[in-house]
Amino acid sequence: MTAAPTGIGARVKRTEDQRFLTGRGRYVDDLALARPTYAYFLRSPHAHAKIRSIDTAAAAAMPGVVRIFTGKDTAEAKVGSLICGWVVKDKDGNPHKAPGHPPIAIDTVRYVGDTVAMVVAETASQARDAAEAIKVDYQVQPACVDLARALDKGAAQVHPEAPGNLCYDWEIGVKADVEAAFAKAAHVTKLDLVNNRLIPNAMEPRAAAADYDAGTGQYTLWSTSQNPHVLRLILSAFVLGIPEHKLRVVAPDVGGGFGSKIFCYADETLVVWAAPRVGRPIKWTAERNESFQTDAHGRDHVTHAELALDKDGKFLALKVETIANMGSYLSTFSTAVPTYLYATLLAGQYTTPLIYANVKAAFTHTAPVDAYRGAGRPEATFVIESIVSKAAAELKIDPAELRRRNFIPSTAFPYQTPVALQYDSGNYPPIIDEATKVSDYKGFEGRRAEAKSRGKLRGIGFSSYIEACGLAPSQVIGQLGGGVGQWEAAQIRFNPTGNVQVLTGSHSHGQGHETTFAQIVSDKLGVPLEQIEVVHGDTATTPFGMGSYGSRSLAVGGSAIMKAADKIIAKGKKIAAHLLEASVADIAFENGTFKVAGTDKAVPLGQVVFAAYVPHNYPITEVEPGMDENAFYDPANFVYPAGTQVCEVEIDPETGTTEIVSFTAIDDFGNIINPMIVEGQVHGGIVQGVGQALLENAVYDKSSGQLISGSFMDYTMPRADDVPSFKVGYKVTPCPHNPLGVKGCGEAGAIAAPAAVMNAVRDALGPLGVRDVPMPATPLAVWQTIQGAQRKAAE
Amino acid sequence: MSISVSMTVNGKAVSGKVEARTLLVQFLRENLSMTGTHVGCDTSQCGACVVHVDGQSVKSCTMLAVQAEGAKVMTIEGLAPSADKLHPMQEAFRDNHALQCGFCTPGMVMSAVDMVKRHNYQLDEATVRRELEGNLCRCTGYHNIVKAILAAAPAMKAAGV
Ligand code: FES
Ligand code: FES
Repeated sequence: MTAAPTGIGARVKRTEDQRFLTGRGRYVDDLALARPTYAYFLRSPHAHAKIRSIDTAAAAAMPGVVRIFTGKDTAEAKVGSLICGWVVKDKDGNPHKAPGHPPIAIDTVRYVGDTVAMVVAETASQARDAAEAIKVDYQVQPACVDLARALDKGAAQVHPEAPGNLCYDWEIGVKADVEAAFAKAAHVTKLDLVNNRLIPNAMEPRAAAADYDAGTGQYTLWSTSQNPHVLRLILSAFVLGIPEHKLRVVAPDVGGGFGSKIFCYADETLVVWAAPRVGRPIKWTAERNESFQTDAHGRDHVTHAELALDKDGKFLALKVETIANMGSYLSTFSTAVPTYLYATLLAGQYTTPLIYANVKAAFTHTAPVDAYRGAGRPEATFVIESIVSKAAAELKIDPAELRRRNFIPSTAFPYQTPVALQYDSGNYPPIIDEATKVSDYKGFEGRRAEAKSRGKLRGIGFSSYIEACGLAPSQVIGQLGGGVGQWEAAQIRFNPTGNVQVLTGSHSHGQGHETTFAQIVSDKLGVPLEQIEVVHGDTATTPFGMGSYGSRSLAVGGSAIMKAADKIIAKGKKIAAHLLEASVADIAFENGTFKVAGTDKAVPLGQVVFAAYVPHNYPITEVEPGMDENAFYDPANFVYPAGTQVCEVEIDPETGTTEIVSFTAIDDFGNIINPMIVEGQVHGGIVQGVGQALLENAVYDKSSGQLISGSFMDYTMPRADDVPSFKVGYKVTPCPHNPLGVKGCGEAGAIAAPAAVMNAVRDALGPLGVRDVPMPATPLAVWQTIQGAQRKAAE
Repeated sequence: MSISVSMTVNGKAVSGKVEARTLLVQFLRENLSMTGTHVGCDTSQCGACVVHVDGQSVKSCTMLAVQAEGAKVMTIEGLAPSADKLHPMQEAFRDNHALQCGFCTPGMVMSAVDMVKRHNYQLDEATVRRELEGNLCRCTGYHNIVKAILAAAPAMKAAGV
């Protein structure tokens, strides 16, 4: 494809920036509605309690209060349960346990933050004031909080429908084969890991506003959603029963999502449900403490893994046992995350011939857990890349070398892994070569010695990740239990004057689709960038789409746009053939112009478009007027981005403080449309991964179930001075099965970084005899680990 | 119980009725419908709400509207010199891809402008990173924000702003 300055491959400045830089972004909370009311949700202060009674009388008499709703009201109105859209079958083929999730608790609360009542008032402050006056008589019950103990006998029970708190007991691979391989191994490396629980914390808190038009019966919901059509489908078909065509969902500018805004939450459900009952628009915006308590959390695994190697360091088999936290209720895609998005990735970049994984999903009295940037794949990468580095240390093989020895060779693609996936393409050795070069791996021991002379411990860590993203063939998703299709839709609509609207079912909440998608259309159709507008996020204007998550927007949404552009060209050729008095077969399209091959006869696309809208001289019997094409794209496979990160840290043994002194990421995302945007995605992902490794931890008190890390004062978000500038680079093996040859870049940084950082920390502390440090490796955790090692050495 | 407040916002005299507890950011967003200034937290940590009050950067969620009585307030909406010309800091943010979702951006830009001036247009990477302590961004990983601020410092000096 031609690399025009605004086309594919160009570092085009983002068109969306003008409004964001001048304060003219339009987020849900910015919306001005006529005669608005404001909602406030009273939330449970207890992790587990029976509700004996709720007295709203005093609250209802407070100034400005319009209505108060409790679980009694929603139950009487037969509001449905919030759903989990993915059925995971256990070892015996039974579907996972799916207890109901009422949007307002009816007689039991199951986590701190569970919704107890909804107050609607003239102002947000009045609603909050009134909520404080609601008297709830709770009978507090013992809570199950500690994941490692959640499945034990005697643990407090979360749902009667899920005995022993077990949601499912799932496996992949043949255990006996793996055990046989272990019996023959020259070496076995064992590892216990806790993948710490995270709180997504998009900077824009979740928000919802709803309006009901009694004249037409039309509902409108403005929501901070990554996938407005999916949200509409869930609300219509499962929860509220509003006919789909009577509910419009708008996701305007959305301030980051990272997975947390995929799901259908109680809050937006209730705002929609209450709108006709209140008879006025209702607005709700989460306060940050509500985001902490009620946004679906991420990760939270307890894992034991073992890797069998032969005498040459070749991997023979891997077995993994994981307990995954579901929280109190099943969020929209929660069940798929620790199974199909986790265990299917356990081959990593390696030829490990045999893999067995067993995943037990547990209910606890904590917030629901679901997809968070990477969703399952960071957890898998953390297991693989931790155990590979540990094996290297045990066998005294260089960690880069041990990886190279086990990489899937570039000649082996398409490569069938033992855990269901077929990798379409890849070439891993040049990536690690580049990463070792850029990070000056050769010079590391010199830097370690120099740091030691200053009393500092220096370490280096590798993480060679694979991910499967761009979800994915709908048929496969269906076979695995997914409740939706996973195609994407696009529409390219020319206006008579030649400018273009591109309507996409993907949703941008920071990824820059308005620019990237315009670049694709500009490149493909030769239309100048400034004449292209990308429209997304409104079910009333855009075609039904699946939205943005799992790094799918470009690979799937972009491919749909390519397909629509192909249709535009095909139609344009017929019109051009008529205008140029040539046969369609002789028409070629290039740089925005239709030409008769081998002649100088040509007509620009703009003229063809005009002819299509003013069809006076037009092949009207064969070609419909207008220039407006729709396409749906269902991918043939997942896409498989891969890369290697190298992290170098320096630890102060006196304070336990870890400083990241250098960080390199070399990725293969296939073809790249806008390198500037891709680099931004990588940077942001890395910092979320670094946050998980060194800073972030969602902590619940193990007995009371109180969320201890419930604000930015207690939950350490990465700040600018916690991270360095990054060295990023690319290798390109185009995806063979989508028209752009693209993979996905949104999650890679977050997937690989925790293992890179933790391997560096382990390497730094290795000389003290330390083998592992709990994640996050906070100064306290590192300091305590060092103290423990020194005590042991002294004994 | 409502109290009258008056102040200058982006060069225009404004006034309104507020409660004693109304925060400056609420006054801007709700009374004046100036929604460029954002609210990202409830503990004065994220910096999405930063504006300039009498020339200094302030977290507008940490100040009551009545405390701004008579003050000169500048918000992100008032930073660009004209509708078709951006402030050098805004320009640098765009050139360096220092924003993704845009939610932290107004506060980042307002903090950054103040930072550059306080350091007399002379900044290094470590200083910028330390100075950004009060502004959270979940999208960019800060890399490009730091780059943008370092690029904007000489541009602001050259432009005399
Ligand atoms: S809203 Fe002011 S610091 Fe977060
Ligand atoms: S750009 Fe999204 S929070 Fe900074």
